[in-house]
Amino acid sequence: MTDSVQRAAETPDEPMPFAELGMKQDEYDRVKEILGRRPTGAELAIYSVMWSEHCSYKSSKVHLKQFATKAPKSEALLVGMGENAGVVDIGDGWAATFKIESHNHPSYVEPHQGAATGVGGIVRDIMSMGARPIAVMDSLRFGAADAVDTRRVLPGVVEGISHYGNCLGLPNIGGEVVFDPCYIGNPLVNALCVGLLRKDQIKLATAPGPGNKVVLFGASTGPDGIGGASVLASATFEDESQAKRPAVQVGDPFMEKLLIECCLELYAADVVVGIQDLGAAGVSCATTELAAKGTGGMTVDLNLVPLRDPSLRPEEILMSESQERMMAVVRPDDIPAFMEICARWDVPATVIGEVTDTGRLVMTWDGEVIVDIPPGTAADEGPVYERPFHEPAGQAALNADTPDRLERPADLRATLLKLLGSPNLASKEWVTSQYDRYVRSNTVLAQPADSGMLRISEAIAGAEPTTRGIALATDGNGRYAKLDPYAGAQLALAEAYRNVAVTGAKPLAVTNCLNFGSPEDPEVMWQFAEATRGLADACKALGVPVTGGNVSFYNQTGSTAINPTPVVGVLGVIDDVAKRVPTGFVAEGLRVVLLGDTHEEFGGSEWAHVAHRHLGGLPPQADLEAEQALATVLVEAARRGLLEGSHDLSDGGLAVALAESCLARGVGASVELCGDAFTDLFSESAARALVAVRPEAYDEFAALCARHEVPCYGLGVTGGTSLVVKDLFEVPVEELRETHSAALPALFG
Amino acid sequence: MSAARVGVVTFPGTLDDQDAARAVRLVGAQAVPLWHADRDLKGVDAVFLPGGFSYGDYLRCGAISRFAPLMEEIVPAAKAGLPVIGTCNGFQILCEAHLLPGALTRNASLHYVCRDQRLRVEQTATAWTNTFAAGQEIVLPVKHGEGRYVADADTLAALEAGDHVVVRYLGGNPNGSLNDIAGIRNEAGNVVGLMPHPEHAVEELVGAPSTDGLGFFTSILKNLVNA
Repeated sequence: MTDSVQRAAETPDEPMPFAELGMKQDEYDRVKEILGRRPTGAELAIYSVMWSEHCSYKSSKVHLKQFATKAPKSEALLVGMGENAGVVDIGDGWAATFKIESHNHPSYVEPHQGAATGVGGIVRDIMSMGARPIAVMDSLRFGAADAVDTRRVLPGVVEGISHYGNCLGLPNIGGEVVFDPCYIGNPLVNALCVGLLRKDQIKLATAPGPGNKVVLFGASTGPDGIGGASVLASATFEDESQAKRPAVQVGDPFMEKLLIECCLELYAADVVVGIQDLGAAGVSCATTELAAKGTGGMTVDLNLVPLRDPSLRPEEILMSESQERMMAVVRPDDIPAFMEICARWDVPATVIGEVTDTGRLVMTWDGEVIVDIPPGTAADEGPVYERPFHEPAGQAALNADTPDRLERPADLRATLLKLLGSPNLASKEWVTSQYDRYVRSNTVLAQPADSGMLRISEAIAGAEPTTRGIALATDGNGRYAKLDPYAGAQLALAEAYRNVAVTGAKPLAVTNCLNFGSPEDPEVMWQFAEATRGLADACKALGVPVTGGNVSFYNQTGSTAINPTPVVGVLGVIDDVAKRVPTGFVAEGLRVVLLGDTHEEFGGSEWAHVAHRHLGGLPPQADLEAEQALATVLVEAARRGLLEGSHDLSDGGLAVALAESCLARGVGASVELCGDAFTDLFSESAARALVAVRPEAYDEFAALCARHEVPCYGLGVTGGTSLVVKDLFEVPVEELRETHSAALPALFG
Repeated sequence: MSAARVGVVTFPGTLDDQDAARAVRLVGAQAVPLWHADRDLKGVDAVFLPGGFSYGDYLRCGAISRFAPLMEEIVPAAKAGLPVIGTCNGFQILCEAHLLPGALTRNASLHYVCRDQRLRVEQTATAWTNTFAAGQEIVLPVKHGEGRYVADADTLAALEAGDHVVVRYLGGNPNGSLNDIAGIRNEAGNVVGLMPHPEHAVEELVGAPSTDGLGFFTSILKNLVNA
């Protein structure tokens, strides 16, 4: 029997399964208060998914607010947080839209489909802003590289990203792969997409204009991912998680590719008033959000939703997370043109409803009203929690356990090779060679470059010429954040910001994916509060606003949470993409110059992790003024053509940066250190970079550094077939390469 | 004379069509978009079948595209001498359409592979490789999951005996292709299929660290001028 609104009014005491849908008693009581009766099954489905942690940000909202209240003034920001993705002005009438989002839990349950649909979801977010998606990248975390389950999860995740992204025709231009035992059982799959559009063509998720039609287009609706939003994304895994397999969605990248081309033609024909992708919470989310941001009302006939499985109940249709679907608001006169474009791309499209000015979202099933709610109460007025938080009991002891007590190595050459061959620092080619980095022919830089870079003049056919390009990098270090979440989040931003700057691009804006344990644990909540505060403060200091992002809680097994892992993506713009600075040593006879000061900072370092399995003390200092000065120098030097190559210093310090720079083109280098050799080589002090400068350009470059008070140390010259550290050791580049490239194939085949 | 017109085909799921069109324009030819559902070659002088995942590669790579209305025009035109090249998915389609012998199967590694690949140009007597020197070594990117060329022993022997192998992998076979075959031609030399992507190696700024792909596009221009 259909649970209609009328029936709900007549049976006020009928028990509803709100707890099974992840809803708390007080939340359920609020729904009853809003409606003045008990909700129908369909209404409960809507509220339960829209008020889930994943969709409502109920635990994080009070902290995320800082990204707005502390936001630096930025003329570049065209659309900020709250839309499907932020939009940034990149000049010459162009805008870029980008966002990173997690698909962590599904990728543990079913690595291939979980990761694939993570890519699909973020790409649709970008499409729904009116943009052509132009590239993707992925920030990945796995358990120990040699753990049995990592051998299940990693190949599946990589294959899922590879298959979906490659089939969509989007170059994968960067990202990270990090291993740490803390991610066993809770891998992190954070997918980023960037899109390009003309500044005056931004689309928003809104349904204005009574009488306008609501069109559902793309794939038909099936039983996949039902309850995914609330059950999968918002509940802690216990042992029965294998039973949740059917809740992971299945992706069809071919349909998504058709959707991309179809949407771009729809935009060009100007037949779309408002648009929203269907992601978590499917039809529930799209209808409530579109209606809430528009004239305020909408009617939907759920019988009109095209189904892959005709036995689906209305509640299931509302919760289904079937992939590759979009919802558009279209003027009645434009419907024929809209349908014709969809038909040309073989994309099914169906009018399922109409915009009204009643302020109510009304849905029918078999002629009966089964939903009648004020849409804003589901979309925007979800519960907000001020979760209690306090510093973890062991935090002081963790910080007191500094790496000072660790035995320093006698053999620095062996230490370098050990680090270079360790899973976190080894070549990620086993992963990245499975991604198409060339499609669309705009890739200027891709992995293993410090940031991915794309030219934009030809990214959209028929576009006005411009010399501009965009650069993107993601970074995050869970060990730093564990030691100090405030500094850890700042260091994540600083590294991504630096990675963009070393390629010659000016950092402009930020997206973030905040991966944490359970918000119901006050110690986790403290990590979250500290990390968001740190990130908001750092964004303000560096003048780069947060444009959007995503929070992923409940990344824990039992009571053991992952290291707090804020992943930060930075987008930058380079005025003349031909002046990009490649990563590493590109030629012989260049001066090798270290920028920035080195302190003895080994807390959370790769050396402490690899050599001693130690995590304690404090992370490197985040010196944001120094970061900003360094970036200014790097961008200006690139503009003047002073840099032949560059590389950021981060995990593994100078030694690893030198080795990677030699590996880039097989060009050796000879350098001399002046301080304590071990600290000089392996400390992870931030705000540092390595650059290669033509000898005749050195004086001008040094003067530029002096003007911005960036410390600048000539270490030596490029050339030869070895990395030579004078008076200490010499390693042939070939030996570096063998060590660097052998690790992942040895683990994953 | 007016610019040579090279048709670039788009199937649902084609990905490298814009890239191929750009490469055509870079050498001074005109790129003419051809749509899979049209039975119209628009009078082009040559046809480029680009890479991608036409029809999602469902069933088998190229197996559905082969039946597209446009293919019903391309197949007889190719048999009559129209220069046609297929790269990656385009090569798979040419094999499925029996314009070229053999088939492309799953990479031996079972992984998709994207890398800058050394190759040797074995045959310059084709419409698409006549500006290369015989035996010239070049670098082009490969990016595919199903690029392992296979054919029965007789076909393979005939390919080798007739000098129909156009490009061969050097420095490591990326997919387990028989005889390191990266690309082949038909008897007349007007139809060429290869797994590597010339269109991604035509500019210094973007794509592979090579501009060796330009030769395929200058070859077709030269071929058309001389025709």
